[in-house]
Amino acid sequence: MKRFALWAPLAIFALLFAVVASGLFRPADKVVRSAMVGKPLPDFALPAMVPGKPGLTSASFKGGQPRLLNVFASWCVPCIAEAPHLMRLKTMGIPIDAIAIRDTTPAIAGFLRRNGDPYARIGSDTASRVQLALGSSGVPETFVVDGRGIVVKQIIGDIREDNIGEIVQAVREAR
Amino acid sequence: MIAEAGLAALWLAGALAALQLAMAVIGIARGRDDVAAAVRPVAIVQGVLAALAMALLIKLFLESDMSVKLVVENSHSAKPWLYKFAGAWGNHEGSMLLWVTILGLAGGAVAIFERALPERTLVATLGAQATIALGFYAFLLFSSNPFARLTPAAPDGLGLNPLLQDPGLAFHPPTLYTGYVGLSVAFSFAVGALVTRDVGPGFARAMRPWVLIAWIFLTLGITAGSYWAYYELGWGGWWFWDPVENASLMPWLAATALLHSVTVLATRDGLRAWTIMLAVVAFSMSMIGTFLVRSGILTSVHAFAVDPERGAFILALLAIYIGGALALFAARIGTVRAGTTFDPVSREGGLVANNLLLSVILGIVLIGTLYPIVAASFGVQLSVGPPFFNKAAGPIALALVAVMAVGPLLRWRRDEARAVVGRVALPIAATVVAAVALLFVWPGVLPWAGLSLAAGLAVASVAPLWKRNLRRTPMFTYGMVLAHLGIAVSLAGMASDSAFTRETLVAVRAGEAARVGPYSVTLDGISPVIGENWSALEAQLTATRGDDSTRLHPQLRFFANPPTSTNESAILTALDGQLYTVLGQPDGQGRWQLRLWWKPFVTLIWFGGVLIALGGALSLVGRLRRERRSAVRAAWA
Repeated sequence: MKRFALWAPLAIFALLFAVVASGLFRPADKVVRSAMVGKPLPDFALPAMVPGKPGLTSASFKGGQPRLLNVFASWCVPCIAEAPHLMRLKTMGIPIDAIAIRDTTPAIAGFLRRNGDPYARIGSDTASRVQLALGSSGVPETFVVDGRGIVVKQIIGDIREDNIGEIVQAVREAR
Repeated sequence: MIAEAGLAALWLAGALAALQLAMAVIGIARGRDDVAAAVRPVAIVQGVLAALAMALLIKLFLESDMSVKLVVENSHSAKPWLYKFAGAWGNHEGSMLLWVTILGLAGGAVAIFERALPERTLVATLGAQATIALGFYAFLLFSSNPFARLTPAAPDGLGLNPLLQDPGLAFHPPTLYTGYVGLSVAFSFAVGALVTRDVGPGFARAMRPWVLIAWIFLTLGITAGSYWAYYELGWGGWWFWDPVENASLMPWLAATALLHSVTVLATRDGLRAWTIMLAVVAFSMSMIGTFLVRSGILTSVHAFAVDPERGAFILALLAIYIGGALALFAARIGTVRAGTTFDPVSREGGLVANNLLLSVILGIVLIGTLYPIVAASFGVQLSVGPPFFNKAAGPIALALVAVMAVGPLLRWRRDEARAVVGRVALPIAATVVAAVALLFVWPGVLPWAGLSLAAGLAVASVAPLWKRNLRRTPMFTYGMVLAHLGIAVSLAGMASDSAFTRETLVAVRAGEAARVGPYSVTLDGISPVIGENWSALEAQLTATRGDDSTRLHPQLRFFANPPTSTNESAILTALDGQLYTVLGQPDGQGRWQLRLWWKPFVTLIWFGGVLIALGGALSLVGRLRRERRSAVRAAWA
């Protein structure tokens, strides 16, 4: 019994080792799961942000066609980084709407001039009200919304090269 | 040239570690004393070469040599020199180099200064130290070369994380690492003793100073790190149960247990197997901590390198070293003669209780730290936060405080329960008085128990000095008294902070004031300031208390390389606490967010930490003097 007990520390360590090793080699899932997925968008109606482009209401996501909803701001640096990827998604034929958070018309106009304009509509959310109702805590965030106004995917942070595949797939499945 | 010289020094040090190991093996297995005799000098040179490599890396950072990849990625020519200097270890490769440098220097120090240990055990110890070093040299050379060149050279660097641009970076990592890696000496001693089956009081006396040195640095490192996080992060907290904080706490808990069990072994020849086990566990915790931080398996502010390949490398080293030592333990410890036994009510009994409680806390922290990884393997994402640690470890820590108060008042070997009651009467009275007095300001259960026990412990910790000739009391007894008093002081600070802190978040215009605790804080204005490599918005605050008023300048600091902002808190330290102010964002209509805390007696936390380390230092000096005196006496006899 005593001799057996002496090996216990080694056995415990082996167990610990197995757990940690499996944790290290399993592909890490660092994505924060969204509480919004599977739920309908909250009702909102936001005024237009820039002249010549309509504002945004929740009704526009119920047209039967899946759309992206991008939450962004002109003062946000990662939003500049994701701009080219949004442009690419747009050229793939995916319609994109946006909510501009705590922003001004000239600043947004400048942002679109510098970084391209992939958006069909832009709503102005000056007090972050809709943003909070969406369960979005920062900018940028992107929601994939199916044709009935139900969120099917939420991406927190900027869209990167490797997110494009999953977004396109989510849009395709939502059709 | 400098980078190449550094790399060469690193390779040479690695080769010497291999040589040191081979010579130790030959010396012991073949009984070749002539070969074994060369192990000491080789260990010394190995340490010197590692230190040379570190010095050359620091030189590269100071010169902002932008042809070196590591410098480009982590430095910038416009940085103040202190952060260039400290930036050498503010990154993965540099911090690992610092790690092996301290490992090498520790081995060198053992080779130079250790004279009490039997020569065979010493050679085995240095062999074990070389084995550890060899693995980490390989790790540096094959997967984390700090001296890699960048061609073509970059025009300038990317800069250092602004949170790290603080004088704290200059001493916190080296101090903590000295503690972490210093424990390797205890580990190697344990392995050496297992190899030669020489575990006894003499071994314990030889090991004790090394454990003490590591423990002192670890204590200082944790204390400094806690204060650094407190003022730099701007969250007003001093301990976050962050995985990396836990990684430094776990070796400390194990080392504290070891420090106490080694005393039992040295004085009474008891707890042989347990002491060896703790020596192995303490450094294992250091290595596990290094792994957790360096593999990126846990996310944390401290994690620089998120690289599974490096993680796998360190994990393999861990498996070899910890697994090897534990296997050696299991195979050999049965052949080590059992030590003496003792009564439950005795100093030994108290120390065993201390060890058990420390081990339980260690277990809780380990489980809490690793649980997210375990849960992730079942597909569940979660993090374990302060509520778990406070609830699970808090009560046990308080039980430990009670044991700590009574333990030093017990006699060795056997004690009368009735006599003990008489000796602890006064500390118990102090606890009860404090507990009753605190009922009037009810601070919550844990803080209440904490403050009451702190009062009892404070009285109990000086009790070993009663009725003694203070001039003839050995210095290590003073050390113990001071360290235990430090725990009481620190505990009082923690309890007071969690019970009586007042916090307020206000939006004020220039000229408006807000109240927090005994202070009224007025925002006089906001002005821009320019620093060496940052610009900031600085608030001019006037904190008024009675007739005294003090100016405070919290900042919202913006760094250009890399572009980030940090909150520089401004802290006013009074005798009875700290006023902690943080400047937040403007609301665009002329109002500014101010976050204000009044934290009564919070400074006691770190003051206590310093007392603990100071106690350790007194104890160390006391032990060394006594050893030397008895060595001199033995030489004359």
